[in-house]
Order: sequence, then C-alpha cells, then structure tokens
Amino acid sequence: MTTELILFFSLALIAIITGLGLLISKNAIYAALYLVLNFFTIAIFYLLLGGAFIAMAQVSVYAGAIMVLFLFVIMILGAEKLGKSNTVAWQRPVAIILSIILLIEAGYVLFWRTAPVQAAQTLPDGFGGPASIGNVLLNNYLLPFEITSVLLLVAMIGAIVLTHKQKTDKEV
Amino acid sequence: MIPTTYYIVLSALLFTIGALGVLIRRNAIIIFMAIELMLNAANLAFVAFTRMYGIIDGQVFVFFVMTVAAAEVAVGLALIVAIFRTKHNIDIDQLNNLKG
Repeated sequence: MTTELILFFSLALIAIITGLGLLISKNAIYAALYLVLNFFTIAIFYLLLGGAFIAMAQVSVYAGAIMVLFLFVIMILGAEKLGKSNTVAWQRPVAIILSIILLIEAGYVLFWRTAPVQAAQTLPDGFGGPASIGNVLLNNYLLPFEITSVLLLVAMIGAIVLTHKQKTDKEV
Repeated sequence: MIPTTYYIVLSALLFTIGALGVLIRRNAIIIFMAIELMLNAANLAFVAFTRMYGIIDGQVFVFFVMTVAAAEVAVGLALIVAIFRTKHNIDIDQLNNLKG
C-alpha cells in the first residue's frame, strides 16, 4: 500500500515537472526530451493500472515513433529557438488565469458532481494483455478498427502530398 | 490500491499544463507537443476508469486515440515543414497574414 503510494507520488511529481519543463524550456529539443520522459512515466502509470499492452504501445508509438518524428522535424528545420517578436502583452497573464479556471472547473466536476466509486479489487486473469485487447478490438470494435486503417492511409498520403507540393511548383 | 481520484487529479493537472502550453508558447512545434500532452492526460483518465470499472473498452479507446494522434502528428508536421519552406519561420505570431 505505502510503497505503491510512494511510487505513484514520485511518478506524478516527475510527470508534472517534465510537463512544466515542456512549458518553460526555450529550446525545442529540450522540450521534446522532457515530453519523452513524460510519456515514459505515463506508460508506468498504465502498467500500475493493469494495462500492459497499452503501456508497451505507449512506449513504442509515442516515445518511439512520434517523438522521433518531432526531433527529426526540429533538427531538419533548425528551428530550435525563435527570435524576439512583439507578443501581445496581456496574453500570458490571461492564459494563466484561464488555465486556473479550467483546473477549478475540473476539480468541481470531480469532487462535487460525481459519486466516488470504489475500484475493483481484483481483475480477471490476463486483463489488459494483448489477448483481451485483441478480442474486444476485433469483435466489438471491428468497424472503428477498419476506419482507423483508412485514417492512417489518408494521413500518410496527406503528409507526402504536403511535403512534395513545393517541388512540383518549382518545376512549372 | 491507489484511489482513482488521484489519477484523475493528475490527469486534470497534465491537461491544464498542456492547455497552458498551447496558450503561451509561440513555437508551432512546441504547441503540437502540448497537444500531445493533453491527449495523454485524457488517455490516463481513460485507463484509470478502465481499472475502476474493470471493463477493457477504455483501453481500446486509448488505442484509437494513439492512432489518431499518430495521424495528426504526421499531417501536422508536414504542414509545419510546408509553412517553414514558404515563410522561413514557425513563430505563430509572425504567421498573421492570409496572403500567400
């Protein structure tokens, strides 16, 4: 009980610190590396919550594929740091006030509007493993699964078209 | 057994940090990363509720959110590369004219 709580609070601290690091780091590379660490802590949360398959998918898809794509684009563009520009002066305080309001609203909905439900003490065998996920995915959610494949195909074609358009314009 | 409330509070905090990042940063790539942070916060809430009710469907939804995030990142980064080629800048405060 207590070791689990210590693990939770230390991981939560790491997640929040890396989130704030993403917010305040000037260099985009450092922000991307903070986000990788954040994704790893969230993967460990998934493991604590009994989602083994989702945790591995989180590490390979988010921390592996998506963040590598981010780092490649940052390095190709060479846009780690931005120069000075005339920002709107009141933007930052207004953003902070609006975020605090959002947090208060979330807390209100959580603590006063929902009845607390005790978590299930025991989970069935193999809960959250590839077999159980695949069973639900291919029986109950077959149509969304197929639509997802079309979405990925469209995204792939879209990325190719968007990055190749400039070349064809130059040739004409 | 950690109460589900703790996870939801953490999820709300991470979502707020992501929203704040979208509001105060000017670098388009960092704004994208903040959006990923918000998606992850929502995923964490999904998995926490999956544990609470003991049904697997929430984790399947997390799987779908991950694929949508991957598609979004691929198209979004291609857009940022295309914008950088024409403007040589990804500061969103500089991208304020609609003329090409």
